[in-house]
Amino acid sequence: MKLKLLNDKVFKNILIITTSIVLLIGVAFFITLILESTSSISKFGFKFFTSTDWDPVFEKFGALPFIVGTLLTSFLSLLIAFPFTFAIMVVLGEYFTKGFISEVLRYLTELISSIPSVVIGLWGLFFLVPAVRFFQITFGLQPYGVGIFTASLLLAFMIIPYAASIAKDAMRLVPKDLKEAAYSLGATRWEVIKQVMIPYSRSGIVAGILLALGRALGETMTVTMVIGNSHFIPKNLFSPGNTIASVIANEFTEATGDLYLSSLIYLALVLFLITALINLLGKYILKKIQINH
Amino acid sequence: MNKTSFRRIKNDTYKLGLILLTIISTVPFLLILFFVIKNGIAVINWEFLTSLPKPIGENGGGIINGLIGTGILIIIATIIAIPIGIITGVYLAEYPNNLLSNSVRIVSEIFQGVPSIVVGIIAYFWLVKPMGHFSALSGSFALALILLPMIIKSTEEMVKLVPADIKEASLSLGVPYYRSILKVIIPASLSGILTGALTGIARISGETAPLLFTAFGDSFFNINIFKPISSLPLLIFNYSISPYQAWWAKAWGISFLIVIFILILNILTRILYKKI
Repeated sequence: MKLKLLNDKVFKNILIITTSIVLLIGVAFFITLILESTSSISKFGFKFFTSTDWDPVFEKFGALPFIVGTLLTSFLSLLIAFPFTFAIMVVLGEYFTKGFISEVLRYLTELISSIPSVVIGLWGLFFLVPAVRFFQITFGLQPYGVGIFTASLLLAFMIIPYAASIAKDAMRLVPKDLKEAAYSLGATRWEVIKQVMIPYSRSGIVAGILLALGRALGETMTVTMVIGNSHFIPKNLFSPGNTIASVIANEFTEATGDLYLSSLIYLALVLFLITALINLLGKYILKKIQINH
Repeated sequence: MNKTSFRRIKNDTYKLGLILLTIISTVPFLLILFFVIKNGIAVINWEFLTSLPKPIGENGGGIINGLIGTGILIIIATIIAIPIGIITGVYLAEYPNNLLSNSVRIVSEIFQGVPSIVVGIIAYFWLVKPMGHFSALSGSFALALILLPMIIKSTEEMVKLVPADIKEASLSLGVPYYRSILKVIIPASLSGILTGALTGIARISGETAPLLFTAFGDSFFNINIFKPISSLPLLIFNYSISPYQAWWAKAWGISFLIVIFILILNILTRILYKKI
């Protein structure tokens, strides 16, 4: 009897200790980022975000070009992704909720999100970049091929299935009686979608967009491969640029000097805080929807 | 009557348009698949799979270093993440509402969205810097940090799905609590936990960013986990940004291998999922 009690106690302790280790890792993760970026934070402070100089030789570091690059690629990709996300959401959430077509589409979108970003980047480099360059030549633009626009296209493609699957789930939660009430008043299917289902699943759609934004902000490999890696604020949407993630990927192993490395960690800290906030907000909305049902 | 037919036309147009947009959104995927298969298959042969890379200028050479590296990285990451993930998931499901579980749930949710490059930085400061050099171990650790929240989440959800009666039946027979968990609850939710683990493994097998400053890459045959090691995604990245056509071809070949591997994992996951 005593032995059993001891074992239960030991078991519970193992559970608590292991779970605490996970918590500890999370806290230490955050603290490490803060500690390692301290020298850059104390040197540049808030000016880090408004200065455009990124000059490792003279140890001057300003992150504005990368922040602009990150915001441009993320929001442009959301914009490109939106009509497609919306279409998939309605098609899978209302038109085809069951059956062969729905299965095939669902499987396809699942597969898309499981392709490694480096493979998508490879395709971007050898298919999309030449294609964009061709258009730039045709329209008399500077034929970079690589740049903000190319990166946004690839990002859009990557976030569509993610955002759509969340938004679609929200659409399927619309109660039947609401839809039937609208039908009984003579509404067409599109009118039911537009005036009943979309308003009802609004918060789920917002959550999908938020979580997709979080992904776009942090996506590294695809962007690094096709954005052109320039340290200047992009002049237009077709110019080469850099995002926070891509500059870290490119320069981390080459960073000589503590201030250089610390500035890169400062960037990582900013990226971490923004994505954490966006994710928590998105998940919070989803949880609220779940509780309501 | 005129107004009704207008509404009907509008209804049909929207339906058609949305279906069309959905189909268009899968075109890039089919193009990627087409390119990977077309350019990949041409490169794959026995030598490609079994020999080390050769310096540029020499024909032939393979990617065995990347194959073995990816294998080692995934196995160690799984060994680290699965026990911790399952135990934590069980705790979260069994004690859903205390301070510890609520904070761990937040940590786990944040981790799921952390850009993988940031995870690489942490592994660099925790393992690479103290050890003084890049290593397979630090790469595995980074991958484990990405895998961990996925396993925690799927375990928690699967354990919660096990009906309380089953646990109570076991307890009422005098089976101690820890044995009820180990012998009743975990087996009942095992296929769900495995599904989560396989999805996670599929994801980390293609991760590149966290390996850039941890596993780093190595062009020799290496199975020492305290040394830098190559991986297939790293090779794709390095080869694709190189100026050599012969290396671009290799990048496609490796992409083909990874995509096939992930497809197989996907199918396995589906089979397991149907069992639940």
